[in-house]
Amino acid sequence: MTGATPVSVHAIDFSPRPGAAPLPRMVLAQAGAEIRAMLRNGEQLVLTLIIPVLLLVAFSLAPLIDIGGGSRVAFIAPGVLALAVMSTAFTGQAIGTGFERRYGVLKRLGATPLSRAGLLLAKTAAVVAVEILQVIVIGMVAITLGWSPQGDPLWVVLLILFGTAAFSGLGLLMAGTLRAEATLAAGNLVYLVLLGLGGVLFPIEKFPAGVQHVVGLLPITALSDGLRGVLTNGAGLPATQLLVLAGWAAVTLGLAARTFRWE
Amino acid sequence: MEIRELVKRYGRKTAVDGLKLTCRTGEVTAILGPNGAGKTSTIEICEGFRRPDGGTVRVLGLDPADPALKPRLGVMLQAGGVPPAVRAGEWLRVVARFYAHPLDPDALLALLGLTEHARTPYRRLSGGQQQRLSLAAAVIGRPELVFLDEPTAGLDPQARHACWDVVTGLRDAGVSVVLTTHQMDEAEKLSDHVVVIDHGRVVAEGTPRELTGAERQLRFRARPGLDVDQLLGALPPGSAAKESPSGHYIIEGQVGPQMLATVTAWCAAESVTTEDLRIERRTLEDVFLELTGRELR
Repeated sequence: MTGATPVSVHAIDFSPRPGAAPLPRMVLAQAGAEIRAMLRNGEQLVLTLIIPVLLLVAFSLAPLIDIGGGSRVAFIAPGVLALAVMSTAFTGQAIGTGFERRYGVLKRLGATPLSRAGLLLAKTAAVVAVEILQVIVIGMVAITLGWSPQGDPLWVVLLILFGTAAFSGLGLLMAGTLRAEATLAAGNLVYLVLLGLGGVLFPIEKFPAGVQHVVGLLPITALSDGLRGVLTNGAGLPATQLLVLAGWAAVTLGLAARTFRWE
Repeated sequence: MEIRELVKRYGRKTAVDGLKLTCRTGEVTAILGPNGAGKTSTIEICEGFRRPDGGTVRVLGLDPADPALKPRLGVMLQAGGVPPAVRAGEWLRVVARFYAHPLDPDALLALLGLTEHARTPYRRLSGGQQQRLSLAAAVIGRPELVFLDEPTAGLDPQARHACWDVVTGLRDAGVSVVLTTHQMDEAEKLSDHVVVIDHGRVVAEGTPRELTGAERQLRFRARPGLDVDQLLGALPPGSAAKESPSGHYIIEGQVGPQMLATVTAWCAAESVTTEDLRIERRTLEDVFLELTGRELR
């Protein structure tokens, strides 16, 4: 024992006075813990902020890709926003939750008054909070690089929310079934593959037509295409993309709910 | 808490096999048993982490899966349960926010000697400090019933005593405690009720005093292989003598000055030097080994 001032056990009133805190207080406390954990995790910050910002700056300034005319930053910024959503909702959440399962944190939280629904709500709130931070940082960098976003912000918010649901479902599906190490490896691999394939930096119009159809159904493609349509071209309701994202969300969240192992 | 005919199987292995157990309110109940006896399975069914394959369990009158039970229970897992990067004080504050009337996290940190480590990430705490943090989190919500799964495993003596103080403090405040342990002195010292389980069944239960009995024994150590039958011949009928384990001798019967004199005289005649000669009651450890055998598992 290293305590400087010994405290008597009689100084504490252990008499039972059980009771759960109100749900909003529990969710806020857990969401705060989740946000701190995400911002404290160096590797995760590389994925969620540093890589997106570096890609945004590099591909906006240097003619690394042929986007077929038009402003480079106007093409890149929406793709990087989609990447940011994927990094937090999918990669970060999958790896974080996978290790929480491994370390018995999910089990221990299961013994507190915080219900599983409450825990899921807290995780979602934390993901959305970090995404807001990402949008602010990436948006400011892009505007500094000469970006002037178009379109209705409502569609942007809807796309990001639907994308968050789809990627969260995918992340929780992996975290709840695979070993933590496998989730770590697969989470990073999927991030890289989708970064290359999904219209984040490279226009999918360059791919062969057959590939385009398949790639178009990926959640990352739907999100980056949808965001690009609204923010670059000022398009209206991105119905197709929202539908694709809703489909992914329904399937992956449904599967995750059925297969998730808490310990 | 009441358990009847509890059965839990993992594949073809039966971990808990018709276990019956009652823990009374406001008492400290110690569940003793060798590794693999079914202690953790039983306690985790009561905590609601696992579902039984048979039998009934009532905790504070409710099904263990009932969410209404959560705020009323305190749980300390055998290991882990805390994110490695979270700071000790921060974890305790977050857990405190889940309860309506939590204890002061700083006071608990001070009680358990963790004040200086409040800002230390969990993974940098020593094993004993991690255990103490888990104990603090188990009691912070002012529960009615606390489950501690091997709370003092791997603790140094100071930390062990601090943990015992908390258990005693809980009992004095009217909190019921159920703990599992391998440590006989712990069970003997802390608990009102001891339950020995083996192969998923209760093999003995009672107060520590009831289990050890009132009978006294004469014990001494000497070189292994003494002729105990010959020694027994020198003692009055009805006495018993055995060597268990090797080099340790236990004599039962009418333990008193006469027996002491007979034994020392016999040893003198045999040129046997005794060490550690004493008269005492059986310990819980003796009872435990008699009940569960000596083979390692």
